Amino acid sequence: MAFYFVQFLTGLASAASLFLVASGLSIIFGVTRIVNFAHGAFYMLGAYVAFTLTERFSGAFGFWGGIVVAALVVAVVGVLVEMVLLRRIYHAPELFQLLATFGLTLMVQDIVVLIWGPDDLLGRRAPGFKGAVEFFGQNIPSYDLFLIALSPVVLGGLWLLFQRTRWGILVRAATQDRDMVAALGVNQKWLFTSVFALGVFLAALGGALQIPRDAVHHALDLRIIVDVFVVVVIGGLGSIIGAFVAAVLVSELNAFGILIFPKISIILVFLVMAVVLIVRPWGLFGRPEAAARRTPGLTVNPWRPLTSGERMLSLGALAVAAMLPLFAGNYALTVGSEIAIFVIFAASLHFLMSVGGLASFGHAAYFGLGAYGVAFLAKAAGLPMIVSLLLGPLLGLLGAAVFGFFAVQLSGVYFAMLTLAFAQIVWSIAFQWVAVTGGDNGILGVWPDKWAAGPASFYWLSLGVAALAVTVLRIIVFSPFGFALRATRDSPLRSEAIGINGKRVQWTAFVISGTVAGIGGALFAYLKGSVFPDSLGISLSVDALVMVLLGGVETVSGAVIGAIVFKAANIWLVSQTDLSKLVLGGFIVLMVVAFPKGIVGTLEAIRNRWRPSETKKSALATSRVEVAE
Amino acid sequence: MQRRHFLGAALAIAVAGMAGNAMAQSGEIKIGEINSYSLLPAFTEPYRKGWQLAVEEINATGGINGKKLVVISKDDGGKPADAQTAANELVSSESVAMLTGTFLSNIGLAVSDFANQKKVFFLAAEPLTDAITWSKGNRYTFRLRPSNYMQAAMLVEEAAKLPAKRWATIAPNYEYGQSAVAVFKKLMSEKRPDIQWVDEQWPPQGKIDAGPVVQAVAAANPEAILNVTFGADLVKLVREGNTRGLFKNRAVVSFLTGEPEYLDPLKEETPEGWIVTGYPWYDIKTPDHDKFLKAYQAKYNDYPRLGSIVGYQTIKAAAAILAKANSTDPEKLIAATEGLSMPSPFGEITFRKIDHQSTLGAYVGKTALKDGKGVMVDSVYRKGGDYLPSDAEVEKMRPKE
Repeated sequence: MAFYFVQFLTGLASAASLFLVASGLSIIFGVTRIVNFAHGAFYMLGAYVAFTLTERFSGAFGFWGGIVVAALVVAVVGVLVEMVLLRRIYHAPELFQLLATFGLTLMVQDIVVLIWGPDDLLGRRAPGFKGAVEFFGQNIPSYDLFLIALSPVVLGGLWLLFQRTRWGILVRAATQDRDMVAALGVNQKWLFTSVFALGVFLAALGGALQIPRDAVHHALDLRIIVDVFVVVVIGGLGSIIGAFVAAVLVSELNAFGILIFPKISIILVFLVMAVVLIVRPWGLFGRPEAAARRTPGLTVNPWRPLTSGERMLSLGALAVAAMLPLFAGNYALTVGSEIAIFVIFAASLHFLMSVGGLASFGHAAYFGLGAYGVAFLAKAAGLPMIVSLLLGPLLGLLGAAVFGFFAVQLSGVYFAMLTLAFAQIVWSIAFQWVAVTGGDNGILGVWPDKWAAGPASFYWLSLGVAALAVTVLRIIVFSPFGFALRATRDSPLRSEAIGINGKRVQWTAFVISGTVAGIGGALFAYLKGSVFPDSLGISLSVDALVMVLLGGVETVSGAVIGAIVFKAANIWLVSQTDLSKLVLGGFIVLMVVAFPKGIVGTLEAIRNRWRPSETKKSALATSRVEVAE
Repeated sequence: MQRRHFLGAALAIAVAGMAGNAMAQSGEIKIGEINSYSLLPAFTEPYRKGWQLAVEEINATGGINGKKLVVISKDDGGKPADAQTAANELVSSESVAMLTGTFLSNIGLAVSDFANQKKVFFLAAEPLTDAITWSKGNRYTFRLRPSNYMQAAMLVEEAAKLPAKRWATIAPNYEYGQSAVAVFKKLMSEKRPDIQWVDEQWPPQGKIDAGPVVQAVAAANPEAILNVTFGADLVKLVREGNTRGLFKNRAVVSFLTGEPEYLDPLKEETPEGWIVTGYPWYDIKTPDHDKFLKAYQAKYNDYPRLGSIVGYQTIKAAAAILAKANSTDPEKLIAATEGLSMPSPFGEITFRKIDHQSTLGAYVGKTALKDGKGVMVDSVYRKGGDYLPSDAEVEKMRPKE
């Protein structure tokens, strides 16, 4: 009995650190609607700065003072980031800020190694909390007890702050309806900055408090960021109490789960999230989102098909690309094939995001399923390449059909997180089911048949499929189905009123998108000759998001450019510099500032400004949207 | 919407950047090297220093049959797919004579499969998975470091002497951890049919929630524990275990923990008396090692980690192979490597013909605390060749060509 009680307390201690970080993320999202990917980076910075301070100043005062000062220092960094970077892009399409914070995260990973070196650092133990308290023969670290006591204190403090101060009232009002708060004359700029500072402070505090029990290293951020997102979503976005309950729930399930299934930790949080979101679409303590004023794909300039001149130009560009094998070497052709494959992948996500208005955070699942489909068919069934290529993506289709059915019941960030949960579940199956998938050692030897084995022929194959996929997706955009999908995106109520079955339309779009991603994955398997769980992983999903956002989510085919630019820059930088993350992150941040609507979106806006006939209309439309905000 | 126009332009730019330098200058031999520099800097920094030292030494003594040795190094970011892109660049654009490097097992396997497909010689430096030389072995791939199986066999030799009968295991939940536990259990149960396996914990790699794991293991009340976690996970596990008294009066056998990369961060919290494999650079008194240690400390003003040895010996081995083959033809390289013996800081090693595994060994010893730092004591060098299964067994595991 004593054991179960101690295990319960241990779970509570784990929950405490999760809660601190999650509450900060939740507050930031609630008010600013920023999906702050850099929250983990601030957590890590908190730990590093606290390490330096507590090493420098010893004694109890030095330690506790160091922790608090570290959190404050990082909060100041957060304020700078908000003022210099995020303020410029609040009016960019939703989720675009995710791109900026993702770039920051990449940069911070390299910066901490540059400043603090590559070794794992061991921080001091907390003065006064070094030992353990004995409880019926079981030892409980006294620092755990401290953390367990701390989290209700923080929760209470935040509650008082939000309920009893004018600032708190403004924050709550902004969480509910920030446009109304702005209309009432509240200075939004400083409200956002202060909220961001508080959120970053909590993240950094969470990180700083880990140094007595953890090692400080450069991968801390990724270790926590996804779990924290999950906790925030389970609890309900913007709800502090929800974050607390969810942190406790997840940690306790893990603490007791490993007693029965020792391998469960790897997937537990995602299972919990999937179940919670299916049963309660807005999380445990969340409320339905107010009708969004702007959906991800809502465009100011109505879309139109290409003019015949533009068609000729596109064909010309395709022809130029097809001539690459005449003058380029094998390596360039392989890179070309890889870029073409990522064009397919990004275009499939772009279709879902901008046409369907559904931002998937787990799109790699269908890419990877396509790859595994091919690997099973080619290795286990021994089918020839052409058959595997045609049938492999069906696994992506199947996955998209099953998961899409549940996912389209939700919208916005909840949709995104449910897709993430499904992707992680698929990933962990591929990772764990060693007998079938080879686990993380993957499936090797999936090489193309002779006719496609040469770099040039494989390049032509990938380019051809990419051109076909992009063309077909464009045709769908301007088909009656595409119009129905866009209607559902722009106004679910009105489209339903004219007889469109919104959920079914979105589900169909999800399946189309997943299948196209699967086609990309199938080609990818043959390009690399092997399949690993990585191809289902979070980082690939994030890459796809980055490509779409970089290209411009409000455009018809911006993802094509986004994929080319991102993939080419990525491959080139990784090959040329050891600080590829710093440079790539900096590149993304610059692109975000220079092209606040994505590359294609910004170019379109510039071109429209040059066309006198369209100037008036678009200016009017822009001002209308701004007024609405 | 001139998207394909951009496609062409961007590709052209990419080509211009990457296709340069395709022609090898005469009088040079190029080796391609791939590792997870950005993902695992704690290991790869000393590793890089090690191979840079080797390149310097080789070129100072006349290079390879008079030709200058050049190593072109690429980062794989910890992703198998990116490692293949890098391998492709090295082979297609840089025309390297061979590929070397890699740390993670899945990346090692990906590059090994690439080497097999493209008929390129590959000398895997670090990946520990048994698959790379056995179940998924191929004629183009050789491996330097002692494998999972070899390290397990070395540890089992010591562990079997312990009186403990109730064992628990803690290992990261991925292929490395799984196969380390599987081999250890198999070999251990052969030697000691009387022991029981009372608990196993599988925290996700890099994400251990150490408190509950330690409690769960303690609840099973084992007499001895096998640990396979390393890096930051190990630090968390040790801290929680120390505070909660998990290691008190229990024997612990631990993979890799004696390597400075993993032992040094533990500082004053290093648990004492763990049986570990590792690299006690401060205790090795052989002429071969002294020479290496002096050169390394003179160049970097820092002590070597195990990664330094691996990096150093990888390039030394590559140079020995290239010198003996006197050619860059992969078939001749393979013929030269099979059965080739050479000196190393750990003594002479041989690349076996049967499975392309080198006989580099490891030090087995016990952890201890000295001046607030973790060290290995009572360490003995175990030759890799003594801890491999019989030839008949190896032949059964390795696919027929």
